[in-house]
Amino acid sequence: MRLEPIENPTVIRRLGLPAAALAATFLVASLLAMVAGANPFSVFGLIMKGAFGSKFAVLETLNRATPLIFTGLAVAVAFRAKFWNIGAEAQLYAGALVTVVLGTGFLPWPAFAILPALFVCAILAGAIVLLVPALLKTRFGVDEVVTTLLFNFIFLLFISMLLEGPLKDPMGMGWPKSARLVPEARLPRIVDGLRLHWGFALALISAVLVWIIQTRSTLGYEMRAVGLNKEAAAFAGIPVNRVLVKTALLSGGLAALAGFSEVAGLKGSLTLDLSPGFGYTGIIVAMLALLNPLGVVVAALFVAGIFVGADSMSRAADVPTYLADIMLASALLMMVLAIMLTRFRVVRG
Amino acid sequence: MDIIEILFTASFWAAAIRIATPLILATMGELICERAGVLNLGIEGIMVVGAFAGWMAVYSGTGLWVGVAVAFAVGMLFGLLHSTLTVPFGLSQHVVGLGVTLLATSATYYAYRLALPEVTSPPKIAAFQPYEIPILSDIPFLGEAVFSQTPFTYFAFLLVLAVAVVLYRTPLGLAVRAVGENPSAVAAQGLSVTAIRMGAVIVGSGFMAMGGAFLTMSAFDSFFFEMVNGRGWICIALVVFGSWRPGKALLGAVLFAAFDALQIRVQQTDIGAEIPYQIFLMMPYILSILALVVMSRRAEVPAALMVPFNKGER
Repeated sequence: MRLEPIENPTVIRRLGLPAAALAATFLVASLLAMVAGANPFSVFGLIMKGAFGSKFAVLETLNRATPLIFTGLAVAVAFRAKFWNIGAEAQLYAGALVTVVLGTGFLPWPAFAILPALFVCAILAGAIVLLVPALLKTRFGVDEVVTTLLFNFIFLLFISMLLEGPLKDPMGMGWPKSARLVPEARLPRIVDGLRLHWGFALALISAVLVWIIQTRSTLGYEMRAVGLNKEAAAFAGIPVNRVLVKTALLSGGLAALAGFSEVAGLKGSLTLDLSPGFGYTGIIVAMLALLNPLGVVVAALFVAGIFVGADSMSRAADVPTYLADIMLASALLMMVLAIMLTRFRVVRG
Repeated sequence: MDIIEILFTASFWAAAIRIATPLILATMGELICERAGVLNLGIEGIMVVGAFAGWMAVYSGTGLWVGVAVAFAVGMLFGLLHSTLTVPFGLSQHVVGLGVTLLATSATYYAYRLALPEVTSPPKIAAFQPYEIPILSDIPFLGEAVFSQTPFTYFAFLLVLAVAVVLYRTPLGLAVRAVGENPSAVAAQGLSVTAIRMGAVIVGSGFMAMGGAFLTMSAFDSFFFEMVNGRGWICIALVVFGSWRPGKALLGAVLFAAFDALQIRVQQTDIGAEIPYQIFLMMPYILSILALVVMSRRAEVPAALMVPFNKGER
């Protein structure tokens, strides 16, 4: 078999194939639910209900989507330039770390200045963490996939060390947990009485800003050019390495905002289980969104809904929550296949 | 004990070789894939599923080597999935690899929860036991360090030899190396680039799963979540460090493991107790990155690594 490009894919092809990919994902999940001895329809019903069935459920889903929008944007920005940042997890913790270090009463500043300062410092921290693999790539030609992956492990151990050492909360009853943020460092709720913090709004604003950068700025154009064809971009006079470094700074900063918003908006302190893999899930979010920043918001809501829904489904139907992870991993694989097949047809010979 | 003194004890090198074994197996797997031109980032997840499958097979009553074969077969299944998507369909090897890792890991955890719903601590199996090779194990020092390992370790060393012989001394090996360097030339010979690449990824993935199985069937006797813990990513670094050669990769894995064994022992010394244990745990990862930095400049990367091949495309 070989692949033949399709000049003008029909609308049916462009919409039908991704829809088929989603359908296939649900088919896989149905089979797995049946293996667990559950009725697939009731499992999906319970997931839907757990994710969107009540005001509480919707708010929970929006809260869960918030860090995923940030990490999804981080990955989307990087992957667009074919800079493979798999280290959003480390950058997230960098943002969270700076937030607790500076936000627990360390800054002798007026209250109104503290949150903006934390916001900016978190971005800087994430950008610096990703700058190292970016420079290793541009200066020494070291593949960033492996370095960013390994950084995740290094950084988590670093956080663990700090939480058992200098950052350990003396009031924490021996748990490796940081002190709590001062009230001025907490992101307020958007609407009084609703458990949804300003981090969600920041995530939406970031998505729009990233979309503007990607579609309306020179940097966005350069990032796309580098991603499409590095040699051609260099030939056209685009400073490829500088663009890659800028991409890394933007991507790292966005991932760090996930940590900032989780700590300042939701948790109030730093623990080692702050992120259940938000950095890695960001890759799924970005790919399902076809690397489109606005699509990231939709994909993050979908992914968050599946996770939140699967939690409550698992309690009710006795099916392991890992069903959600399997669904998302297969959605990722089938979606990349479907997208490719919208542009190419398989021919014999 | 003095650090230098540690280096001259046979038990230290015995530990180093034990720690190296899963890395050797999985590194050979990754090396085969990359020599054929396919980066397999599914390695981490395939090691997880291999660790589970081999252990579960033995737990449900099969022999140890049957368990190894089960792990190999399951690894090959995920290799089939990876190679189908990356070779004939030419999808991004980064994205597919990470997807396979996520899929294999979550499928393993799902299966674990279904198979053992009630347990708080995972059951143990009768794992591989050290086997002292007659005569050879009587050699001073080397006997204890090298020839008193479990049969699974001996298998890993034989595998390196087999991979080296097949890659450099057989037509099959030539074909595998050629599809990684110049696939068009292979296609011009009338051979199927797709079949050779898929075969390499499938077999390589089987060896990765064996690397995982060593953890549950020889190094330990039980399955834990997170037990692979980044070893797959380290193996990817080891392939680069060994500049895509089986012998050098073996050397890299043993050196790496020796360093790992050393940090465990230094932790137990008086000076080591003063340093946070996380520093020691970071060392393998930092070392991998340093190895990449040092080696990346002079590494002879397979020319067609990560380049999909589409017949008829010029």
